[in-house]
Amino acid sequence: MDENQANRIKRALLKTGHLIGLFIAMAIICLPGLWIVLSSLRPTVEIMAKPPVWIPQSLSFDAYIAMFSGVGQGGIPVLDYFRNSLIISVTSTVIALAVGMAGGYAFARYQFRGKSAIFLGFMLTRTVPGIALSLPLFFVYAKLGIIDTHFGLILAYVALNVPFTIWLIDGFFRQVPRDLAEAAQIDGCTRWQAFWQVEFPLARSGIASAGIFAFLISWNEFALASQLTRSTNSKTLPVGLLDYTAEFTIDWRGMCALAVVMIIPALTLTFIVQKHLVSGLTSGAVKG
Amino acid sequence: MRGWKPAPHVLLLLPAFVVLAAVVIVPLLLSLYSSFTPFRLTRPETIYEFIGLRNYIRLFADREFWAAFGRTVLLLTVALNVEMVLGLFLALLVEKATRGQRLLRTIMMFPMMFSPILVGFQFKFMFNDNIGLVNNALQSLGLTDQAIPWLIDGKLAFTSILIAEVWSSTSVFAIFILAGLMAMPKEPLEAAKVDGCTPWQSFRYVTWPFIMPFAYIAMTIRSLDIARAYDIVKIMTDGGPAKRTEILWTLISRTAYSDARMGLANAMAYVAILLSILFTVMFFRQLAKARQQIGAEW
Repeated sequence: MDENQANRIKRALLKTGHLIGLFIAMAIICLPGLWIVLSSLRPTVEIMAKPPVWIPQSLSFDAYIAMFSGVGQGGIPVLDYFRNSLIISVTSTVIALAVGMAGGYAFARYQFRGKSAIFLGFMLTRTVPGIALSLPLFFVYAKLGIIDTHFGLILAYVALNVPFTIWLIDGFFRQVPRDLAEAAQIDGCTRWQAFWQVEFPLARSGIASAGIFAFLISWNEFALASQLTRSTNSKTLPVGLLDYTAEFTIDWRGMCALAVVMIIPALTLTFIVQKHLVSGLTSGAVKG
Repeated sequence: MRGWKPAPHVLLLLPAFVVLAAVVIVPLLLSLYSSFTPFRLTRPETIYEFIGLRNYIRLFADREFWAAFGRTVLLLTVALNVEMVLGLFLALLVEKATRGQRLLRTIMMFPMMFSPILVGFQFKFMFNDNIGLVNNALQSLGLTDQAIPWLIDGKLAFTSILIAEVWSSTSVFAIFILAGLMAMPKEPLEAAKVDGCTPWQSFRYVTWPFIMPFAYIAMTIRSLDIARAYDIVKIMTDGGPAKRTEILWTLISRTAYSDARMGLANAMAYVAILLSILFTVMFFRQLAKARQQIGAEW
Protein backbone atom coordinates (compact mmCIF):
# COMPACT_ATOMS: atom_id res chain seq x y z
CA MET A 1 0.00 0.00 0.00
CA ASP A 2 2.74 2.39 1.00
CA GLU A 3 4.75 1.55 -2.04
CA ASN A 4 1.73 2.09 -4.19
CA GLN A 5 1.20 5.55 -2.86
CA ALA A 6 4.85 6.48 -3.22
CA ASN A 7 4.69 5.36 -6.81
CA ARG A 8 1.58 7.39 -7.43
CA ILE A 9 3.14 10.51 -5.96
CA LYS A 10 6.27 9.96 -7.98
CA ARG A 11 4.27 9.65 -11.14
CA ALA A 12 2.24 12.78 -10.43
CA LEU A 13 5.44 14.70 -9.72
CA LEU A 14 6.97 13.52 -12.97
CA LYS A 15 3.89 14.56 -14.86
CA THR A 16 3.80 18.07 -13.41
CA GLY A 17 7.52 18.41 -13.99
CA HIS A 18 7.03 17.41 -17.59
CA LEU A 19 4.22 19.91 -18.06
CA ILE A 20 6.23 22.72 -16.47
CA GLY A 21 9.24 21.92 -18.59
CA LEU A 22 7.13 21.86 -21.72
CA PHE A 23 5.53 25.16 -20.82
CA ILE A 24 8.84 26.90 -20.14
CA ALA A 25 10.36 25.60 -23.38
CA MET A 26 7.41 26.77 -25.44
CA ALA A 27 7.38 30.15 -23.71
CA ILE A 28 11.04 30.72 -24.53
CA ILE A 29 10.38 29.80 -28.14
CA CYS A 30 7.36 32.02 -28.55
CA LEU A 31 8.17 35.03 -26.44
CA PRO A 32 10.66 36.88 -28.68
CA GLY A 33 8.35 36.73 -31.69
CA LEU A 34 5.32 37.84 -29.73
CA TRP A 35 7.31 40.69 -28.24
CA ILE A 36 8.22 41.94 -31.74
CA VAL A 37 4.58 41.80 -32.84
CA LEU A 38 3.46 43.63 -29.72
CA SER A 39 6.16 46.29 -30.11
CA SER A 40 5.19 46.95 -33.69
CA LEU A 41 1.70 47.87 -32.51
CA ARG A 42 2.72 50.14 -29.64
CA PRO A 43 3.56 53.82 -29.86
CA THR A 44 7.28 54.63 -29.65
CA VAL A 45 6.79 56.47 -26.37
CA GLU A 46 5.69 53.24 -24.72
CA ILE A 47 8.61 51.25 -26.11
CA MET A 48 11.09 53.81 -24.81
CA ALA A 49 9.34 54.35 -21.46
CA LYS A 50 11.40 54.12 -18.28
CA PRO A 51 10.24 52.47 -16.04
CA PRO A 52 8.83 50.06 -18.62
CA VAL A 53 5.14 49.97 -19.41
CA TRP A 54 4.17 46.30 -19.33
CA ILE A 55 0.51 46.52 -20.18
CA PRO A 56 -0.02 48.19 -23.55
CA GLN A 57 -2.18 51.27 -23.24
CA SER A 58 -2.91 51.90 -26.88
CA LEU A 59 -2.43 49.68 -29.92
CA SER A 60 -2.49 50.86 -33.50
CA PHE A 61 -1.38 49.92 -36.99
CA ASP A 62 0.32 53.28 -37.51
CA ALA A 63 3.72 51.75 -38.17
CA TYR A 64 2.37 49.53 -40.94
CA ILE A 65 0.39 52.36 -42.51
CA ALA A 66 3.46 54.58 -42.47
CA MET A 67 5.58 51.82 -43.94
CA PHE A 68 3.33 51.05 -46.89
CA SER A 69 2.30 54.61 -47.75
CA GLY A 70 4.77 55.86 -50.31
CA VAL A 71 8.38 55.94 -49.24
CA GLY A 72 7.48 55.10 -45.68
CA GLN A 73 8.78 56.49 -42.46
CA GLY A 74 12.32 57.77 -42.52
CA GLY A 75 12.43 57.53 -46.29
CA ILE A 76 12.83 53.77 -46.40
CA PRO A 77 11.16 52.42 -49.54
CA VAL A 78 9.81 49.24 -48.05
CA LEU A 79 7.45 48.63 -50.97
CA ASP A 80 10.34 48.52 -53.43
CA TYR A 81 12.25 46.13 -51.21
CA PHE A 82 9.20 43.94 -50.88
CA ARG A 83 8.74 43.81 -54.64
CA ASN A 84 12.43 43.00 -55.19
CA SER A 85 12.35 40.26 -52.58
CA LEU A 86 9.28 38.71 -54.13
CA ILE A 87 10.57 38.79 -57.73
CA ILE A 88 14.00 37.46 -56.82
CA SER A 89 12.76 34.73 -54.49
CA VAL A 90 10.04 33.41 -56.77
CA THR A 91 12.15 33.38 -59.93
CA SER A 92 15.15 31.77 -58.31
CA THR A 93 12.91 29.17 -56.65
CA VAL A 94 11.30 28.15 -59.92
CA ILE A 95 14.65 27.78 -61.67
CA ALA A 96 16.23 25.96 -58.72
CA LEU A 97 13.29 23.55 -58.66
CA ALA A 98 13.64 22.71 -62.34
CA VAL A 99 17.39 22.14 -61.98
CA GLY A 100 16.89 20.28 -58.71
CA MET A 101 14.23 18.01 -60.15
CA ALA A 102 16.51 16.94 -62.97
CA GLY A 103 19.39 16.37 -60.58
CA GLY A 104 17.35 14.70 -57.87
CA TYR A 105 15.78 12.34 -60.37
CA ALA A 106 19.21 11.39 -61.68
CA PHE A 107 20.42 10.58 -58.17
CA ALA A 108 17.28 8.63 -57.24
CA ARG A 109 16.88 6.55 -60.39
CA TYR A 110 20.25 6.02 -62.07
CA GLN A 111 23.32 4.18 -60.96
CA PHE A 112 26.55 5.69 -62.13
CA ARG A 113 30.16 5.89 -61.13
CA GLY A 114 31.16 8.36 -58.45
CA LYS A 115 27.54 8.91 -57.44
CA SER A 116 28.09 9.57 -53.77
CA ALA A 117 31.22 11.63 -54.49
CA ILE A 118 29.25 13.87 -56.83
CA PHE A 119 26.48 14.16 -54.28
CA LEU A 120 28.93 15.16 -51.57
CA GLY A 121 30.58 17.58 -54.01
CA PHE A 122 27.25 19.29 -54.63
CA MET A 123 26.64 19.57 -50.92
CA LEU A 124 30.10 20.99 -50.32
CA THR A 125 29.39 23.89 -52.65
CA ARG A 126 26.73 24.83 -50.15
CA THR A 127 29.21 25.05 -47.28
CA VAL A 128 31.00 28.03 -48.79
CA PRO A 129 30.03 30.88 -46.49
CA GLY A 130 27.96 33.53 -48.26
CA ILE A 131 30.34 36.28 -47.32
CA ALA A 132 33.34 34.35 -48.68
CA LEU A 133 31.49 33.69 -51.94
CA SER A 134 30.47 37.31 -52.19
CA LEU A 135 34.07 38.49 -52.66
CA PRO A 136 34.73 36.88 -56.06
CA LEU A 137 31.09 37.25 -57.11
CA PHE A 138 31.28 40.95 -56.39
CA PHE A 139 34.32 41.22 -58.62
CA VAL A 140 32.88 39.10 -61.45
CA TYR A 141 29.50 40.84 -61.31
CA ALA A 142 31.18 44.24 -61.38
CA LYS A 143 33.06 43.21 -64.55
CA LEU A 144 29.85 41.91 -66.13
CA GLY A 145 27.88 44.91 -64.97
CA ILE A 146 25.20 42.89 -63.18
CA ILE A 147 25.72 44.25 -59.68
CA ASP A 148 22.51 45.67 -58.31
CA THR A 149 20.30 43.83 -60.77
CA HIS A 150 17.64 41.20 -60.19
CA PHE A 151 19.42 38.88 -62.59
CA GLY A 152 22.64 38.79 -60.59
CA LEU A 153 20.95 37.94 -57.34
CA ILE A 154 18.66 35.36 -58.94
CA LEU A 155 21.66 33.60 -60.44
CA ALA A 156 23.41 33.50 -57.08
CA TYR A 157 20.32 32.18 -55.29
CA VAL A 158 19.74 29.44 -57.83
CA ALA A 159 23.24 28.17 -57.15
CA LEU A 160 22.63 28.48 -53.42
CA ASN A 161 19.42 26.46 -53.59
CA VAL A 162 20.32 23.73 -56.05
CA PRO A 163 22.18 21.48 -53.57
CA PHE A 164 19.31 21.45 -51.07
CA THR A 165 16.61 20.95 -53.65
CA ILE A 166 18.57 18.03 -55.09
CA TRP A 167 18.90 16.49 -51.63
CA LEU A 168 15.20 16.87 -50.88
CA ILE A 169 13.86 15.83 -54.27
CA ASP A 170 16.19 12.84 -54.40
CA GLY A 171 14.60 11.70 -51.14
CA PHE A 172 11.07 12.16 -52.45
CA PHE A 173 11.67 10.28 -55.67
CA ARG A 174 13.21 7.43 -53.71
CA GLN A 175 9.96 7.07 -51.81
CA VAL A 176 8.11 6.49 -55.09
CA PRO A 177 8.43 2.80 -55.93
CA ARG A 178 10.50 2.16 -59.04
CA ASP A 179 8.06 -0.48 -60.30
CA LEU A 180 5.31 2.05 -60.93
CA ALA A 181 7.19 3.86 -63.67
CA GLU A 182 8.36 0.56 -65.10
CA ALA A 183 4.78 -0.72 -65.24
CA ALA A 184 3.76 2.44 -67.06
CA GLN A 185 6.58 1.93 -69.54
CA ILE A 186 5.47 -1.63 -70.18
CA ASP A 187 2.01 -0.27 -70.86
CA GLY A 188 3.47 1.82 -73.65
CA CYS A 189 4.52 5.09 -72.03
CA THR A 190 7.85 6.60 -72.92
CA ARG A 191 10.18 7.29 -70.03
CA TRP A 192 9.30 10.97 -70.32
CA GLN A 193 5.55 10.25 -70.17
CA ALA A 194 6.00 7.80 -67.33
CA PHE A 195 7.79 10.49 -65.36
CA TRP A 196 5.13 13.15 -65.81
CA GLN A 197 2.11 10.83 -65.55
CA VAL A 198 3.19 8.57 -62.73
CA GLU A 199 6.23 9.59 -60.77
CA PHE A 200 5.81 13.34 -60.76
CA PRO A 201 2.24 13.36 -59.35
CA LEU A 202 3.33 11.04 -56.54
CA ALA A 203 6.30 13.17 -55.57
CA ARG A 204 4.51 16.45 -56.21
CA SER A 205 3.77 17.49 -52.65
CA GLY A 206 7.36 16.78 -51.69
CA ILE A 207 8.65 18.81 -54.59
CA ALA A 208 6.37 21.65 -53.57
CA SER A 209 7.87 21.64 -50.11
CA ALA A 210 11.38 21.66 -51.58
CA GLY A 211 10.28 24.73 -53.51
CA ILE A 212 9.04 26.43 -50.39
CA PHE A 213 12.29 25.62 -48.66
CA ALA A 214 14.20 27.22 -51.52
CA PHE A 215 11.90 30.21 -51.43
CA LEU A 216 12.55 30.70 -47.74
CA ILE A 217 16.31 30.56 -48.17
CA SER A 218 16.17 33.20 -50.88
CA TRP A 219 13.69 35.28 -48.94
CA ASN A 220 15.87 35.29 -45.84
CA GLU A 221 19.34 35.49 -47.39
CA PHE A 222 21.46 38.39 -46.25
CA ALA A 223 25.23 37.91 -46.65
CA LEU A 224 25.23 37.87 -50.46
CA ALA A 225 22.41 40.34 -50.90
CA SER A 226 24.09 42.91 -48.69
CA GLN A 227 27.10 43.06 -51.01
CA LEU A 228 25.54 42.46 -54.42
CA THR A 229 22.78 45.05 -54.12
CA ARG A 230 23.18 48.77 -53.97
CA SER A 231 19.89 50.62 -54.40
CA THR A 232 16.14 50.22 -54.65
CA ASN A 233 16.80 48.48 -57.98
CA SER A 234 17.45 45.20 -56.25
CA LYS A 235 17.73 45.61 -52.46
CA THR A 236 15.78 42.91 -50.66
CA LEU A 237 13.94 43.08 -47.36
CA PRO A 238 16.71 41.66 -45.12
CA VAL A 239 19.09 44.29 -46.46
CA GLY A 240 16.38 46.88 -46.07
CA LEU A 241 16.04 46.02 -42.40
CA LEU A 242 19.59 47.24 -41.92
CA ASP A 243 18.59 50.65 -43.30
CA TYR A 244 16.84 51.30 -40.03
CA THR A 245 19.95 50.72 -37.94
CA ALA A 246 22.10 52.84 -40.23
CA GLU A 247 20.24 55.88 -39.09
CA PHE A 248 21.34 57.86 -36.11
CA THR A 249 18.42 56.85 -33.94
CA ILE A 250 16.94 53.42 -34.33
CA ASP A 251 13.25 53.39 -35.16
CA TRP A 252 12.41 50.32 -33.11
CA ARG A 253 8.74 50.34 -33.93
CA GLY A 254 9.33 50.60 -37.68
CA MET A 255 11.87 47.81 -37.53
CA CYS A 256 9.49 45.59 -35.61
CA ALA A 257 6.77 46.24 -38.19
CA LEU A 258 9.13 45.37 -41.03
CA ALA A 259 10.18 42.24 -39.16
CA VAL A 260 6.55 41.17 -38.92
CA VAL A 261 6.07 41.80 -42.63
CA MET A 262 9.09 39.62 -43.35
CA ILE A 263 8.05 36.78 -41.10
CA ILE A 264 4.43 36.40 -42.21
CA PRO A 265 5.09 34.81 -45.63
CA ALA A 266 7.75 32.58 -44.09
CA LEU A 267 5.41 31.57 -41.28
CA THR A 268 2.54 30.68 -43.57
CA LEU A 269 4.67 28.70 -46.00
CA THR A 270 6.58 26.74 -43.36
CA PHE A 271 3.32 25.87 -41.70
CA ILE A 272 2.08 24.34 -44.94
CA VAL A 273 5.13 22.18 -45.61
CA GLN A 274 6.37 21.20 -42.16
CA LYS A 275 5.45 17.53 -42.56
CA HIS A 276 7.09 17.00 -45.92
CA LEU A 277 10.21 18.87 -44.99
CA VAL A 278 11.22 16.51 -42.22
CA SER A 279 10.28 13.34 -44.06
CA GLY A 280 12.18 14.51 -47.13
CA LEU A 281 15.38 15.28 -45.30
CA THR A 282 15.31 12.11 -43.22
CA SER A 283 14.18 9.65 -45.89
CA GLY A 284 17.75 8.61 -46.53
CA ALA A 285 18.65 8.33 -42.87
CA VAL A 286 17.71 4.78 -42.09
CA LYS A 287 17.34 3.26 -45.49
CA GLY A 288 20.70 4.55 -46.62
CA MET B 1 28.49 14.05 -83.57
CA ARG B 2 25.17 12.88 -85.00
CA GLY B 3 23.69 9.92 -83.30
CA TRP B 4 25.80 10.51 -80.20
CA LYS B 5 23.61 10.49 -77.17
CA PRO B 6 24.93 11.09 -73.65
CA ALA B 7 23.67 8.90 -70.85
CA PRO B 8 20.45 10.28 -69.35
CA HIS B 9 21.93 10.90 -65.93
CA VAL B 10 24.66 13.07 -67.44
CA LEU B 11 22.03 15.12 -69.22
CA LEU B 12 19.95 15.43 -66.05
CA LEU B 13 22.87 16.51 -63.91
CA LEU B 14 24.23 18.93 -66.48
CA PRO B 15 22.15 21.99 -65.49
CA ALA B 16 23.15 21.60 -61.85
CA PHE B 17 26.80 21.27 -62.85
CA VAL B 18 26.65 24.34 -65.06
CA VAL B 19 24.99 26.54 -62.46
CA LEU B 20 27.26 25.47 -59.64
CA ALA B 21 30.35 25.79 -61.80
CA ALA B 22 29.41 29.25 -63.00
CA VAL B 23 28.40 30.72 -59.66
CA VAL B 24 30.49 28.80 -57.15
CA ILE B 25 33.45 26.95 -58.64
CA VAL B 26 34.78 29.50 -61.13
CA PRO B 27 34.45 32.47 -58.77
CA LEU B 28 36.16 30.43 -56.08
CA LEU B 29 39.07 29.66 -58.40
CA LEU B 30 39.27 33.35 -59.14
CA SER B 31 39.32 34.19 -55.47
CA LEU B 32 41.97 31.53 -54.91
CA TYR B 33 44.10 33.26 -57.53
CA SER B 34 43.47 36.71 -56.13
CA SER B 35 44.49 35.53 -52.68
CA PHE B 36 48.02 35.37 -54.14
CA THR B 37 47.89 39.00 -55.24
CA PRO B 38 47.83 42.28 -53.31
CA PHE B 39 44.49 43.03 -55.01
CA ARG B 40 42.71 46.15 -53.83
CA LEU B 41 39.34 47.22 -55.16
CA THR B 42 40.56 50.78 -55.46
CA ARG B 43 43.48 49.79 -57.67
CA PRO B 44 42.25 47.15 -60.15
CA GLU B 45 45.64 46.72 -61.84
CA THR B 46 47.04 45.14 -58.67
CA ILE B 47 45.30 41.87 -59.53
CA TYR B 48 48.01 41.09 -62.08
CA GLU B 49 50.77 41.37 -59.53
CA PHE B 50 51.78 38.03 -58.08
CA ILE B 51 53.10 37.94 -54.54
CA GLY B 52 52.92 34.25 -53.79
CA LEU B 53 52.02 33.28 -50.29
CA ARG B 54 52.64 36.67 -48.72
CA ASN B 55 48.95 37.19 -47.85
CA TYR B 56 48.83 33.85 -46.09
CA ILE B 57 52.08 34.45 -44.23
CA ARG B 58 50.70 37.78 -43.13
CA LEU B 59 47.52 36.11 -41.93
CA PHE B 60 49.29 33.47 -39.92
CA ALA B 61 51.25 36.16 -38.13
CA ASP B 62 48.16 38.27 -37.52
CA ARG B 63 46.90 38.03 -33.97
CA GLU B 64 43.59 39.65 -34.77
CA PHE B 65 42.90 36.99 -37.38
CA TRP B 66 43.69 34.16 -34.98
CA ALA B 67 41.54 35.75 -32.31
CA ALA B 68 38.63 35.84 -34.76
CA PHE B 69 39.36 32.30 -35.86
CA GLY B 70 39.40 31.00 -32.30
CA ARG B 71 36.23 32.86 -31.48
CA THR B 72 34.48 31.38 -34.51
CA VAL B 73 35.47 27.84 -33.60
CA LEU B 74 34.46 28.44 -29.98
CA LEU B 75 31.11 29.87 -31.02
CA LEU B 76 30.37 26.98 -33.35
CA THR B 77 31.49 24.26 -30.96
CA VAL B 78 29.59 25.61 -27.99
CA ALA B 79 26.52 26.47 -30.04
CA LEU B 80 26.29 23.11 -31.80
CA ASN B 81 26.73 21.15 -28.57
CA VAL B 82 24.25 23.21 -26.60
CA GLU B 83 21.76 23.02 -29.47
CA MET B 84 22.17 19.28 -29.64
CA VAL B 85 21.55 18.76 -25.92
CA LEU B 86 18.66 21.21 -25.72
CA GLY B 87 17.19 19.82 -28.93
CA LEU B 88 17.28 16.33 -27.47
CA PHE B 89 15.50 17.49 -24.32
CA LEU B 90 12.93 19.39 -26.31
CA ALA B 91 12.25 16.41 -28.56
CA LEU B 92 11.86 14.09 -25.55
CA LEU B 93 9.51 16.56 -23.87
CA VAL B 94 7.33 16.87 -26.93
CA GLU B 95 7.36 13.15 -27.62
CA LYS B 96 6.14 12.41 -24.09
CA ALA B 97 3.23 14.84 -24.43
CA THR B 98 -0.03 12.96 -24.73
CA ARG B 99 -2.18 15.75 -26.09
CA GLY B 100 -1.70 18.63 -28.52
CA GLN B 101 1.36 17.15 -30.18
CA ARG B 102 0.58 18.73 -33.52
CA LEU B 103 0.38 22.16 -31.96
CA LEU B 104 3.58 21.62 -30.01
CA ARG B 105 5.43 20.52 -33.11
CA THR B 106 4.26 23.59 -34.98
CA ILE B 107 5.40 25.88 -32.21
CA MET B 108 8.70 24.06 -32.12
CA MET B 109 9.31 24.93 -35.77
CA PHE B 110 8.71 28.59 -35.07
CA PRO B 111 12.35 29.76 -34.75
CA MET B 112 13.27 28.00 -37.99
CA MET B 113 11.15 30.45 -39.92
CA PHE B 114 13.04 33.46 -38.66
CA SER B 115 15.77 34.56 -40.98
CA PRO B 116 19.07 34.97 -39.13
CA ILE B 117 18.97 38.67 -39.75
CA LEU B 118 15.61 38.80 -37.96
CA VAL B 119 16.92 36.69 -35.10
CA GLY B 120 19.80 39.12 -34.74
CA PHE B 121 17.50 42.10 -34.79
CA GLN B 122 15.05 40.61 -32.34
CA PHE B 123 17.76 39.80 -29.82
CA LYS B 124 19.42 43.17 -30.37
CA PHE B 125 16.07 44.63 -29.40
CA MET B 126 15.58 42.38 -26.39
CA PHE B 127 19.13 42.75 -25.11
CA ASN B 128 19.16 46.52 -25.54
CA ASP B 129 20.58 47.87 -22.28
CA ASN B 130 18.08 50.69 -22.06
CA ILE B 131 14.74 49.55 -23.44
CA GLY B 132 15.26 45.83 -23.95
CA LEU B 133 12.86 43.23 -22.63
CA VAL B 134 15.56 41.38 -20.69
CA ASN B 135 16.80 44.35 -18.69
CA ASN B 136 13.29 45.67 -18.17
CA ALA B 137 12.17 42.33 -16.82
CA LEU B 138 15.20 41.97 -14.56
CA GLN B 139 14.69 45.45 -13.18
CA SER B 140 10.96 45.06 -12.69
CA LEU B 141 11.52 41.81 -10.82
CA GLY B 142 14.02 43.61 -8.65
CA LEU B 143 16.87 41.26 -9.53
CA THR B 144 19.12 44.15 -10.45
CA ASP B 145 18.80 47.91 -10.32
CA GLN B 146 21.41 48.69 -12.95
CA ALA B 147 21.11 48.29 -16.67
CA ILE B 148 23.21 45.29 -17.67
CA PRO B 149 25.26 46.25 -20.75
CA TRP B 150 24.43 43.07 -22.69
CA LEU B 151 25.75 44.15 -26.06
CA ILE B 152 28.35 46.63 -24.86
CA ASP B 153 30.51 44.44 -22.65
CA GLY B 154 32.66 42.06 -24.68
CA LYS B 155 31.96 38.83 -22.77
CA LEU B 156 28.26 39.52 -22.35
CA ALA B 157 27.94 40.39 -26.03
CA PHE B 158 29.45 37.03 -26.95
CA THR B 159 27.01 35.32 -24.60
CA SER B 160 24.11 37.22 -26.12
CA ILE B 161 25.13 36.18 -29.61
CA LEU B 162 25.41 32.61 -28.41
CA ILE B 163 21.92 32.76 -26.93
CA ALA B 164 20.51 34.15 -30.18
CA GLU B 165 22.24 31.45 -32.18
CA VAL B 166 21.03 28.69 -29.86
CA TRP B 167 17.49 30.04 -29.86
CA SER B 168 17.34 30.04 -33.62
CA SER B 169 18.79 26.60 -34.28
CA THR B 170 17.85 24.34 -31.39
CA SER B 171 14.60 23.56 -33.15
CA VAL B 172 16.45 22.09 -36.14
CA PHE B 173 17.88 19.44 -33.83
CA ALA B 174 14.64 18.99 -31.96
CA ILE B 175 12.68 18.40 -35.14
CA PHE B 176 15.02 15.80 -36.54
CA ILE B 177 15.46 13.97 -33.27
CA LEU B 178 11.70 13.97 -32.85
CA ALA B 179 11.35 12.51 -36.34
CA GLY B 180 13.78 9.80 -35.25
CA LEU B 181 11.88 9.09 -32.05
CA MET B 182 8.64 8.76 -33.94
CA ALA B 183 10.11 6.50 -36.60
CA MET B 184 11.60 4.18 -34.00
CA PRO B 185 10.11 0.70 -33.78
CA LYS B 186 8.57 0.04 -30.36
CA GLU B 187 9.51 -3.65 -30.03
CA PRO B 188 13.16 -3.21 -29.03
CA LEU B 189 12.11 -0.82 -26.25
CA GLU B 190 9.56 -3.30 -24.94
CA ALA B 191 12.07 -6.10 -25.18
CA ALA B 192 14.53 -4.02 -23.17
CA LYS B 193 11.87 -3.42 -20.54
CA VAL B 194 11.06 -7.09 -20.30
CA ASP B 195 14.75 -7.85 -19.94
CA GLY B 196 14.81 -5.55 -16.92
CA CYS B 197 16.55 -2.46 -18.25
CA THR B 198 16.21 0.74 -16.26
CA PRO B 199 14.71 3.67 -18.19
CA TRP B 200 18.21 5.17 -18.42
CA GLN B 201 19.68 1.97 -19.80
CA SER B 202 17.00 1.55 -22.42
CA PHE B 203 17.44 5.16 -23.43
CA ARG B 204 21.21 4.89 -23.61
CA TYR B 205 21.46 1.56 -25.42
CA VAL B 206 18.26 1.38 -27.46
CA THR B 207 16.86 4.82 -28.16
CA TRP B 208 20.11 6.75 -28.40
CA PRO B 209 21.79 4.68 -31.13
CA PHE B 210 18.62 4.80 -33.14
CA ILE B 211 18.20 8.58 -33.07
CA MET B 212 21.90 9.29 -33.66
CA PRO B 213 21.64 9.35 -37.49
CA PHE B 214 18.82 11.84 -37.21
CA ALA B 215 20.89 14.05 -34.95
CA TYR B 216 23.72 13.84 -37.48
CA ILE B 217 21.41 14.86 -40.29
CA ALA B 218 20.57 17.93 -38.26
CA MET B 219 24.29 18.49 -37.65
CA THR B 220 25.06 18.15 -41.36
CA ILE B 221 22.31 20.55 -42.31
CA ARG B 222 23.44 23.00 -39.69
CA SER B 223 27.04 22.80 -40.80
CA LEU B 224 26.00 23.38 -44.40
CA ASP B 225 24.88 26.86 -43.57
CA ILE B 226 26.92 27.42 -40.50
CA ALA B 227 27.89 30.88 -41.70
CA ARG B 228 24.36 32.05 -40.97
CA ALA B 229 25.89 33.25 -37.73
CA TYR B 230 27.41 36.08 -39.77
CA ASP B 231 24.00 37.68 -40.18
CA ILE B 232 23.30 37.47 -36.47
CA VAL B 233 26.63 38.93 -35.43
CA LYS B 234 26.54 41.57 -38.15
CA ILE B 235 23.28 43.05 -36.95
CA MET B 236 23.74 42.52 -33.20
CA THR B 237 27.23 43.92 -32.66
CA ASP B 238 28.94 44.11 -36.05
CA GLY B 239 32.03 42.63 -34.43
CA GLY B 240 32.09 45.23 -31.69
CA PRO B 241 32.65 46.36 -28.98
CA ALA B 242 36.28 46.99 -29.87
CA LYS B 243 36.37 43.77 -31.97
CA ARG B 244 35.52 41.61 -28.95
CA THR B 245 32.92 39.66 -30.92
CA GLU B 246 34.71 39.75 -34.26
CA ILE B 247 34.31 36.38 -35.97
CA LEU B 248 35.95 35.14 -39.15
CA TRP B 249 33.11 36.24 -41.41
CA THR B 250 32.71 39.77 -40.09
CA LEU B 251 36.47 40.16 -40.30
CA ILE B 252 36.39 39.05 -43.95
CA SER B 253 33.67 41.47 -44.90
CA ARG B 254 35.39 44.32 -43.08
CA THR B 255 38.75 43.63 -44.73
CA ALA B 256 37.21 43.24 -48.17
CA TYR B 257 34.67 46.01 -48.33
CA SER B 258 35.66 48.61 -45.75
CA ASP B 259 39.43 48.33 -46.14
CA ALA B 260 39.07 47.25 -49.80
CA ARG B 261 41.88 44.71 -49.37
CA MET B 262 40.38 41.97 -51.50
CA GLY B 263 43.52 39.87 -51.81
CA LEU B 264 43.98 39.53 -48.09
CA ALA B 265 40.25 39.00 -47.54
CA ASN B 266 40.23 36.21 -50.10
CA ALA B 267 43.05 34.50 -48.24
CA MET B 268 40.95 34.71 -45.07
CA ALA B 269 37.91 33.48 -46.97
CA TYR B 270 39.80 30.38 -47.97
CA VAL B 271 40.57 29.60 -44.37
CA ALA B 272 36.88 30.08 -43.56
CA ILE B 273 35.81 27.83 -46.43
CA LEU B 274 38.18 25.09 -45.34
CA LEU B 275 36.79 25.36 -41.82
CA SER B 276 33.22 24.93 -43.07
CA ILE B 277 34.15 22.02 -45.28
CA LEU B 278 35.92 20.38 -42.36
CA PHE B 279 32.81 20.64 -40.19
CA THR B 280 30.55 19.29 -42.93
CA VAL B 281 32.75 16.37 -43.90
CA MET B 282 33.14 15.47 -40.25
CA PHE B 283 29.40 15.26 -39.68
CA PHE B 284 28.74 13.63 -43.02
CA ARG B 285 31.11 10.81 -42.14
CA GLN B 286 29.56 10.45 -38.69
CA LEU B 287 26.21 10.24 -40.41
CA ALA B 288 27.41 7.48 -42.72
CA LYS B 289 28.88 5.58 -39.78
CA ALA B 290 25.77 5.89 -37.63
CA ARG B 291 23.66 4.81 -40.58
CA GLN B 292 25.72 1.68 -41.08
CA GLN B 293 25.45 0.80 -37.43
CA ILE B 294 21.68 1.09 -37.58
CA GLY B 295 21.59 -0.99 -40.70
CA ALA B 296 23.48 -3.73 -38.92
CA GLU B 297 21.25 -3.78 -35.87
CA TRP B 298 17.83 -3.41 -37.43
